[in-house]
Amino acid sequence: MGQIHLKNVSKDFGNVTVIPPLDLDIENGEFVVFVGPSGCGKSTLLRLIAGLEDVSGGQVLIDSNDVTSLPPAKRRLAMVFQSYALYPHMSVRKNIAFPLKMAKIPPDEQNQRVEDAARILNLTDYLERRPGQLSGGQRQRVAIGRAIVREPGAFLFDEPLSNLDAALRVGMRLEIAELHQRLNTTMIYVTHDQVEAMTMADKIVVLQNGMIEQVGTPLELYRTPSNRFVAGFIGSPRMNFIIGEEATRHNAECIGIRPEHIEVVKSDGAWQGIVGVSEHLGSDTFFQVNVLGFADTLTVRAGGEVDLKYGDTINLTPNLNNLHRFDRQGQRIS
Amino acid sequence: MISPSVLLLLGWMLVPLCMTLYFSTLRYNLIVPSDNPFVGWENYYWFVTDPSFKAAMFNTLLLVGGVLCITVVGGILFALLLDQPMWGQGLIRIMVISPFFVMPTVSGLVWKNMFMNPVNGIFGHVAQALNLAPVEFFSQIPLLSIILIVSWQWLPFATLILLTALQSLDRDQLEAAEMDGAKSLSRFIYIMIPHLARAITVVILIQTIFLLSIFAEILVTTNGGPGVATTNLTYLIYVSSLLQFDVGMGSAGGVIAIILANIVAIFLMRLIGKNLDA
Ligand SMILES: Nc1ncnc2c1ncn2[C@@H]1O[C@H](COP(=O)(O)OP(=O)(O)O)[C@@H](O)[C@H]1O
Ligand SMILES: [Mg+2]
Repeated sequence: MGQIHLKNVSKDFGNVTVIPPLDLDIENGEFVVFVGPSGCGKSTLLRLIAGLEDVSGGQVLIDSNDVTSLPPAKRRLAMVFQSYALYPHMSVRKNIAFPLKMAKIPPDEQNQRVEDAARILNLTDYLERRPGQLSGGQRQRVAIGRAIVREPGAFLFDEPLSNLDAALRVGMRLEIAELHQRLNTTMIYVTHDQVEAMTMADKIVVLQNGMIEQVGTPLELYRTPSNRFVAGFIGSPRMNFIIGEEATRHNAECIGIRPEHIEVVKSDGAWQGIVGVSEHLGSDTFFQVNVLGFADTLTVRAGGEVDLKYGDTINLTPNLNNLHRFDRQGQRIS
Repeated sequence: MISPSVLLLLGWMLVPLCMTLYFSTLRYNLIVPSDNPFVGWENYYWFVTDPSFKAAMFNTLLLVGGVLCITVVGGILFALLLDQPMWGQGLIRIMVISPFFVMPTVSGLVWKNMFMNPVNGIFGHVAQALNLAPVEFFSQIPLLSIILIVSWQWLPFATLILLTALQSLDRDQLEAAEMDGAKSLSRFIYIMIPHLARAITVVILIQTIFLLSIFAEILVTTNGGPGVATTNLTYLIYVSSLLQFDVGMGSAGGVIAIILANIVAIFLMRLIGKNLDA
């Protein structure tokens, strides 16, 4: 229940190839996040799995059955849309019950299951309201409720939190993660936000231009990004890339070092620079530092209460164990 | 503060209304010259007790109801059809809309002479080709023929409004319903129809008000006949005031028509009030 395999799946719109052939294995119960910049084909990939788009080539397997030519309803998947896609003329109760009604489940059982779902999602008091009378977070929960009552083989989420404000987003993120723990059902979650990806995923699939750049756990991607794109996309603030002489010294076309892997030292640092603007977050402070001989400024993390001012000269030492080296093609050199 | 435009509009409406009310209380027949005495409710009494009044009310009801049924059902079907991606979409849409731009008199005549004429009309030719007796539309099924002509005219309006409404339906909702296991018929019943409800009520409201006053199509095709088979309220008023030259009686009929139209309007407003607020 809930194993999904893509074999050589590709998608063209007219003569534009949005997804070149790719393979992907998703195991039962995994929380998989598709992450990548806008327009890279995340939604399209999700819709191919859902059956809302037909593949241009390849096969989609669910639990080892070829479902490539099955309509969405037959795939036992539930989807939560970015726009929620609630039915505006139905009460919350009827919205959640709709898939059950379509499956011709007896009304008593429908009610039972709707109330169970409502209890899990804290919607019990809102069952008789219309979607228009709910807040964004509540609508989101109704959409999730409509997905869970069917007890699907897997859940598909397409940027479900992007219409919520920041505070609510953090809350819903936890709720979805909790739901995954409780149900233990496969979830595929699409987002362009790498923080969401890092915090929620068992497995992250990084996409660029429809191609899979890397698949791995959040820490694998953080520690050993397989190319410059992944290295720059995962982690916040993003990794510093240094080219030129300094890179050549490390036998690479380009080297990367994360802000948290550069240490501010009193004297005798590997690099010397001048402090630029800084961002104080309380727990941490991020400085922009102009290092002599580097083309771009470096972002450096220091403790929250470090006493450095604009224009100060500082010494920096990179942690060489966490230095990433990339070749001319941007691939990792190990 | 009442702005000048409101005053102008009020005058525009009130002067003819008051004149009609005034004339409806006079004995005022153009071929019986007299000093037009005040007779109170007499005109109303004679208008309402005339046997053709009952027939006219019934015909009005059938005409409005029949056209509404055909245009709403047909309009939904056409809208669904036109919403599909197809070749030459823009042109087809314009063609579907075009009957609405044909003047009622012209369309009445075209239908009478080119389609429904048992000898020269297309339907007659088709019937003959199939070795069937041609239907004599305006004598055998006069009211139905009028209903068909008027429906042809109003179908584009209904289609246009419903198509616009259909296009505003969020595609995500249809896809969500598809994921939820709804087949196309269920999607139509549970998602599309509720979404179209407001547009349908708007179509019904606007059309009813116009359909109550259908006149030109009847005048050029059947002249209200045979007998009073296609005489509706508007046509009956025309008969009283312009064929029988009875201004008083015609005005009384006019006042009744105004009251009727307003009852329908209020009733429909109430009915859809909830719908429009939502
Ligand atoms: N129905 C479609 N027809 C043509 N091009 C499309 C269609 N859907 C998506 N695309 C194109 O495919 C690319 C990927 O889109 P999408 O999967 O929505 O990206 P993402 O969800 O990652 O932002 C985009 O360049 C988009 O323009
Ligand atoms: Mg998307």
